[in-house]
Amino acid sequence: MASELDDVAGLVQGEEPPALPHRALVRLGALVEALGARAQRLVLELGRMARFGAAIVLAAVRPPWRVRRLVFEVFDTGVLSLAIVGASGLTVGMVLALQGYNTLVRFGAEQSLGAVVGLSLIRELGPVLTGLLVTGRAGSAMAAQIGMMVSTEQIDGMRTLAVDPIHYVVMPKALAMSLAMPLLSALFIVAAVFGGYLVGVKLLGVDGGIYLTSLENAVEFGDDVLGSLLKACVFGLLVGLVATYRGYTTARSSQGVSASTTSTVVTASVCILVADYVITALWGV
Amino acid sequence: MQSSRVRDLVVGLFVLAGLAAIAYLSLQIGGLSYKGPRGLELVASFDAVGGLSERAPVRIAGVKVGQVESIVLGDDLRARVTLDLDPRLELSTDTVGSIRTEGLLGDQFIELAPGGEEEILRSGDQLSFTESAINLEKLIGSVVHDARLGDGEEE
Repeated sequence: MASELDDVAGLVQGEEPPALPHRALVRLGALVEALGARAQRLVLELGRMARFGAAIVLAAVRPPWRVRRLVFEVFDTGVLSLAIVGASGLTVGMVLALQGYNTLVRFGAEQSLGAVVGLSLIRELGPVLTGLLVTGRAGSAMAAQIGMMVSTEQIDGMRTLAVDPIHYVVMPKALAMSLAMPLLSALFIVAAVFGGYLVGVKLLGVDGGIYLTSLENAVEFGDDVLGSLLKACVFGLLVGLVATYRGYTTARSSQGVSASTTSTVVTASVCILVADYVITALWGV
Repeated sequence: MQSSRVRDLVVGLFVLAGLAAIAYLSLQIGGLSYKGPRGLELVASFDAVGGLSERAPVRIAGVKVGQVESIVLGDDLRARVTLDLDPRLELSTDTVGSIRTEGLLGDQFIELAPGGEEEILRSGDQLSFTESAINLEKLIGSVVHDARLGDGEEE
C-alpha cells in the first residue's frame, strides 16, 4: 500500500512540481494508513489469542485428563526452574536487606527491616520477578518446542492420527505453567525472606526476633499474601497462553522458531508488567 | 519406567514444597489463624483509639495474651474495640483496658490491668473501665498552654 502511494506521489511530481504541503499530506496519509493496518493486525491477533485460550480451557475440561503429560510438563517448567528461582530469591532478599538497612539506619528505624523486605517481596518482587524468570527459563523453551513441532510437521502428523494437538501438546503445557507459577513465586518469597534474614540478622546485627516480628506484623493475609498469590496465578495463565500461542503459530522455518521464542519472552514480560500495574491499581495490592 | 517414577516423586515433592511455602506465607507471616474454638472475646469502648490498628497485640503485664479483632464506631459514637484473647484467661470484672504506646512513638497496643473482683469476665462481656489513647500533640499543646497562662499571671 505504501509503495502505491509513493507511486501516486511520483506521478503527481512528474506532471508538475507539486506544492510541498501536498507531498507532506500524502506521506502523512500513508503513515495513518500503516497505523490503521497495524491496529487491525493487533486486534486480529488478540482475537485469535483469545480463541486459542478458549480452546485450551475447553481441552482442559474434556477427558482424557492427560495426567502423565501434565506431570511431565510440571517437571519441565516447575522443578527445573527451581534452582534459578531459589538462587535469585536468595540474592534478591540479601540485596534488599542490605539496601533497606543502609537507608533505614539513617532514621534509626532498622527494626523495620523485616517489614520493608517482606512487604516489597510479597506485594511486588516475588510474583513479578518469578514471572520474568520463569518466562525466560521455561516459557521460551515451551514456545521453541511447540514451534519446532509445528515446523517439522509433527503437529500435522498428530492431526492425521486424529489426535488433537491442543489437547495433547498445548493444554498440558499451559496448565503446568499456571500451576507452577504460584508455587514458584511462594518459594521465591520464602527464599528471599531467608536471604534477608541472613544479611540483616547474621551480617548487620538486627535482632532476629525483631526482624521476624516486624515482618509478621506488617504483612496481612487478606491484603498482601492473597494479592501476591492472585498476581502469580494471573502471570502463570498469561505466560502459559502467550508461550503456547506463539509456539503454535510459528512460521514453518528455523527463523520462525527463533522469532516466536523471542516474541514469547518480549510479549510475556510486557504482559506481566502491565498486568502487575492493573492488579495493583484495581485491588490496591 | 524407573525414571518416570523418580520424576513423579520429584514433581510431588516440588508441589508439596510449593504448598508448604504458601502455607508458611499465609499462616506464619500473613497471620491467618484457624478460628476453631473461639477465644475469650471481650468488648471495650474508648473515647479515642489513636493509631490502634486491627491485629494490634493485647498484653497483660507486658506478655501478649491476644489481639485486637475489630475496631468499629459504636452507637454511642465511641470506638468499640473487640479483643480476641486466650480462652484460658480468668479476668476479674473490674479489669481496666488502656491503650498504650510502645516507647514514645512506637506502635500502639492494649494493656489489660486485672482488678480484685471475685467475678470473672465471660466471652462477649464489656470492660467497664477503659483509658483512651494518649494524644501526644494534645498533651504538649496543653503543657505549652499552661506554661503561657502561668507566664501571664506573673506579669
